[in-house]
Amino acid sequence: MSSPPRYTRLSGLEPLVITPELLFVNIGERTNVTGSAQFKKLIKDDRYEEAVDVARQQVASGAQILDVNMDEGLIDSEMAMAKYLNLIASEPDIARVPVMVDSSKWTVIEAGLRCLQGKGVVNSISMKEGEDVFLEHARKVLAYGAAVVVMAFDEQGQADTKVRKVEICTRAYRLLTEEIGFPPEDIIFDPNIFAIATGIDEHNNYAVDFIEATREIKAKLPHCHVSGGVSNVSFSFRGNETVRQAIHSVFLFHAIKAGMDMGIVNAGALPIYDDLDPELRERVEDVVLNRRADGTERLLEIAERYKGKKGEAIVEIHAWRELPVRARLSHALVHGIDQYVEADTEEARGLSTRPLDVIEGPLMDGMNVVGDLFGAGKMFLPQVVKSARVMKKAVAYLIPFIEEEKARTGEVHKSNGKIVLATVKGDVHDIGKNIVGVVLRCNNFDVIDLGVMVPAQKILDAAKKEQADMIGLSGLITPSLEEMSHFAREMQRQEFAVPLLIGGATTSRAHTALKIEPHYKSPTVWVKDASRAVGVAQSLISKELVDAFMEKIRAEYAEIRERHKDRGAAKRLVSLDHARGQAFDGKWNDYVPPAPNKPGITVFDDYPLTELVECIDWTPFFNTWELSGHYPQILDDAIVGEQARELFDDAQKMLREIVAEKWLTARGVIGLFPAQRVGDDIELEDGTVVHCLRQQADKPPGRPDFCLADFIAPKDSGINDWIGAFAVTAGIGIEPHLETFQRDHDDYSSILLKALADRLAEAFAERLHQRVRKEFWGYATDEKLANHELIGEKYRGIRPAPGYPACPDHTEKATLFGLLDAPKNTGIELTESFAMYPAAAVSGWYFSHPGSQYFVVGRLSKEQVEDYAKRKGWSVAEAERWLAPNLDYDPE
Amino acid sequence: MNALPYLDPARTQKLLDALNRRILVIDGAMGTMLQSYKLDEAGYRGERFSGGCDAHHAHGTACDLKGNNDLLTMTQPDIIKAVHTAYLDAGADMLETNTFNSTSVSQADYHLEHLVYELNRDGAKLARESCDAVEAKTPDKPRFVIGVLGPTSRTASISPDVNNPGFRNVSFEELDSAYRDATRGLLDGGADVIMVETIFDTLNAKAALYAVNEEFKRRGARVPIMISGTITDMSGRTLSGQTAESFYYSLRHSNPLSIGLNCALGATELRAYIDALAQIAECYVSAHPNAGLPNAFGEYDETPEQMAKTIGEFATSGLLNIVGGCCGTTPAHIRAIAQAVRDVPPRALPNQDARAA
Repeated sequence: MSSPPRYTRLSGLEPLVITPELLFVNIGERTNVTGSAQFKKLIKDDRYEEAVDVARQQVASGAQILDVNMDEGLIDSEMAMAKYLNLIASEPDIARVPVMVDSSKWTVIEAGLRCLQGKGVVNSISMKEGEDVFLEHARKVLAYGAAVVVMAFDEQGQADTKVRKVEICTRAYRLLTEEIGFPPEDIIFDPNIFAIATGIDEHNNYAVDFIEATREIKAKLPHCHVSGGVSNVSFSFRGNETVRQAIHSVFLFHAIKAGMDMGIVNAGALPIYDDLDPELRERVEDVVLNRRADGTERLLEIAERYKGKKGEAIVEIHAWRELPVRARLSHALVHGIDQYVEADTEEARGLSTRPLDVIEGPLMDGMNVVGDLFGAGKMFLPQVVKSARVMKKAVAYLIPFIEEEKARTGEVHKSNGKIVLATVKGDVHDIGKNIVGVVLRCNNFDVIDLGVMVPAQKILDAAKKEQADMIGLSGLITPSLEEMSHFAREMQRQEFAVPLLIGGATTSRAHTALKIEPHYKSPTVWVKDASRAVGVAQSLISKELVDAFMEKIRAEYAEIRERHKDRGAAKRLVSLDHARGQAFDGKWNDYVPPAPNKPGITVFDDYPLTELVECIDWTPFFNTWELSGHYPQILDDAIVGEQARELFDDAQKMLREIVAEKWLTARGVIGLFPAQRVGDDIELEDGTVVHCLRQQADKPPGRPDFCLADFIAPKDSGINDWIGAFAVTAGIGIEPHLETFQRDHDDYSSILLKALADRLAEAFAERLHQRVRKEFWGYATDEKLANHELIGEKYRGIRPAPGYPACPDHTEKATLFGLLDAPKNTGIELTESFAMYPAAAVSGWYFSHPGSQYFVVGRLSKEQVEDYAKRKGWSVAEAERWLAPNLDYDPE
Repeated sequence: MNALPYLDPARTQKLLDALNRRILVIDGAMGTMLQSYKLDEAGYRGERFSGGCDAHHAHGTACDLKGNNDLLTMTQPDIIKAVHTAYLDAGADMLETNTFNSTSVSQADYHLEHLVYELNRDGAKLARESCDAVEAKTPDKPRFVIGVLGPTSRTASISPDVNNPGFRNVSFEELDSAYRDATRGLLDGGADVIMVETIFDTLNAKAALYAVNEEFKRRGARVPIMISGTITDMSGRTLSGQTAESFYYSLRHSNPLSIGLNCALGATELRAYIDALAQIAECYVSAHPNAGLPNAFGEYDETPEQMAKTIGEFATSGLLNIVGGCCGTTPAHIRAIAQAVRDVPPRALPNQDARAA
């Protein structure tokens, strides 16, 4: 009978079977107080929660085994080992991998073994203190059920030559397997990696000794493994990372060929042998393989050249390229690397019976890992979008083959479900919707994205035709809320039964509960952000989950409606007269409004982008990607910092391209006009009336109920006053670039570009407002504010935008655009819901009064709505439709 | 462990021979059977504890003993024997001792830690006597006593306090010591094999196996070890989070006679995980599922016929070497299962050489 393969079978929560296909097992080493100053500090300071995060990062970045070491004089190592292992045992995303209990003290090792439910590895035992102690420890290891690292160390000391290494390992192997029946596959030899190129001749052959010893050990001693701490070998080049990594790469290249199959390696930092600079590689190889006597001097000669030039002298490619194709695809997906995906996909296709198997096998496996990590909050949106880009490229590559296969066999890919997504009629904002689409695709949903400004019937027709399992609506401006409510009624009327998902910046749980869900009998769910979309979609699609999930949602919404009904008593509005009676007092007797230096309209046809880049407010940019925190602190955030930095780098890179290659054109217009307050409205010379709404909150004496008109001098005062208006965009010319990204299946860059255009438009608005204050209006010529102070609005005057809280009526944008002739002067168009297109646009009013401030109009009484309708020449119903989100009463 | 000789080489050989020939049947639930006796507090206490104490130890009446099924080994031995005999008559080849909770950790709930050795020894003795009596009538069909080590009421790798994930309410050392006492009793009482069962935390099982190994070393002899874990729900994981494969790899060092699963799920739900073990295990594979999933009243109502049909398919698919029943099963279930697997060849070991190595 042939003997079956004896694979090492380790386990955490999940198994790790070390088969030859794994090639090389990565051992994570940052959870080691002797190797990581940072980890040592965390343990010494009793900051175990953060120390647990180190393990999480290690596993997330590909450690297949976690080495834990607490050997430090000032730490109670036994206690620390047990405490730490117990803590990581409670974290399923860490505990899934086996643990390597690392200590030079046996008592610490034993304390660790008593905490491991899985099969771990002891690191290490040796014959340093003779055979008896060695075997006693090995028996214990066996009884606790662990594998073991055996150091090439005996009574005489550590083995340095090949002969000694082989001799000690052979002796240990015989003792273990013959004396106590230790399974040979559970023996991992560490034949000692020592530093080379130290200047001492005896050290020159250390790498060769290790490599050749490895070759002989693997040949002579069946089933065992060889491991080692690779960074030792380059110790003499510390401070020169490029050369060190090159040495590691060359060393591993030869050691792995000789049979080294495990190791403590910083995998992320490892360049690939083939991609090393040939000159550097040759000289490193001379040293590693000890090929010439002057090898060290020759490497030193050129080493300086690489110092501090990490990533320039060598192309950064990683050790993961050595993995089998399946693992490579998974790595590329999890890390969002699209560089090699087509070649890898082709290789995987070659190994599969059907092209679909590549999607359903390795690609979906990888995306499941991504989905799990994202769901668990271990991965952030930008990473997920990058992963999706890799996936999309792989799928795009496979599609011709799949079509061909489908034509032949009629087989199709099965997804989790199909969802139709759209930004509703009148609205153009789609960044959030696109992110949701990406995230759902990552989780194997078929997403049919109908784009922006989609009429209800078109969405419904598409859902019917595609036999969609659910519909997702998105919108950012308040009129979209009404459209969604209308959409729900239409779904009910046309007897739809598929779930309806509601999302977007102005939507809310309360609005959905009050104004959308009651109109549609089938599941209607508000989705807070992209990270919730998958959970909601999965719950809705699952026959097992949907009932319980909807029961919970419906109860929640019913409760909101109940609470809403009882509201009011607590926060009663005051009458319009009362509110006007406590209007903001501009102290017009003591104040002379400034006249502008340059009245009338000023057009900016092509505003320099470089000037805008400096004014960017980055915090909202990170929020777009669901990374919460303030810039610049977010870059050092313990949780999202790394991700934020990466995103920020990508953004800076694209910004440079945007500016250098002039992807975008910034166009804007401002106007400064004489104006007078009449009641709650503002009248301009040409007869244009700007209609404003007033707060009706019950406020204590001395606290005004604001209305924007209050910041303009009243007509009857005889004082000359002015109002400003502006409309800017940074989105002119964005389309062809978005199309290029789309063609390239690159959602990440597409979303990044849109987000940056938004930021540039905001920066443009900020910058122009500053120039208006200092030059065009010129009431603050001596203002000197840094960017963060600008962002903090530490200046005089405001620039409220129609549709936002101080002036919630979007239709006033039509007035503003008319005044400025904005479509002609800037290329910005208004949709039927008064959204601006391109979406990267900002418009608003300028007020200069020193007391002017932002406020929230809030709820409006029927009395004010009727008054406003009269002023605007609307019917009351029309006013109620446009002001729906602000009504304090139910108009139906 | 391999190096030690068997405690009773002849009996172990009989067991190995039987396993080579056919699928062996374990008995069913003890608790379900005991419920039918409707014992009250006095019934549980029997004569020995009627006064609130026994000869060795003061034990007030303040602490209820009702529900301590393992204590019935001492106070109602005839009932336990009757249940054992009913299962043997139904066709069981192997009897589990009535010692599921007979560890100091679990008996602490009744303040009866001091009885642990006795409970295990006498539990094994009762099963031994029952087996021997039936075996005397049918010498060609030997019956074996499985000395049961239960999971205890505590978990060594899960914190009972969600706010303090690093906390543990039992240590490896405490479990090791508890299981050593229990093992000593089971072996002294005549158990043919030791089974660590209903494992929901693999670290508890590792401590049990460590203790058993230590006890073997002390005696200079061993008995075969059976291991049976519990997949708690359809996630396919143990309570402590391991997959079936990981579970096996974590305990494989004890060189068990069999690996398997029991409790929590019915046979239908258990199949995928038994299959997973059958694919990778170098040793024999066992299953003793519940009689279906509990109904709304927490009762098990899968009929003997239904259960036997499902398990019959396990057997014909080559997944099984040892089979029996857990919660809710009765002698009728065991009889039906025994009939269903009687003529089906047992799962072949993947490689005899590998096991002997």
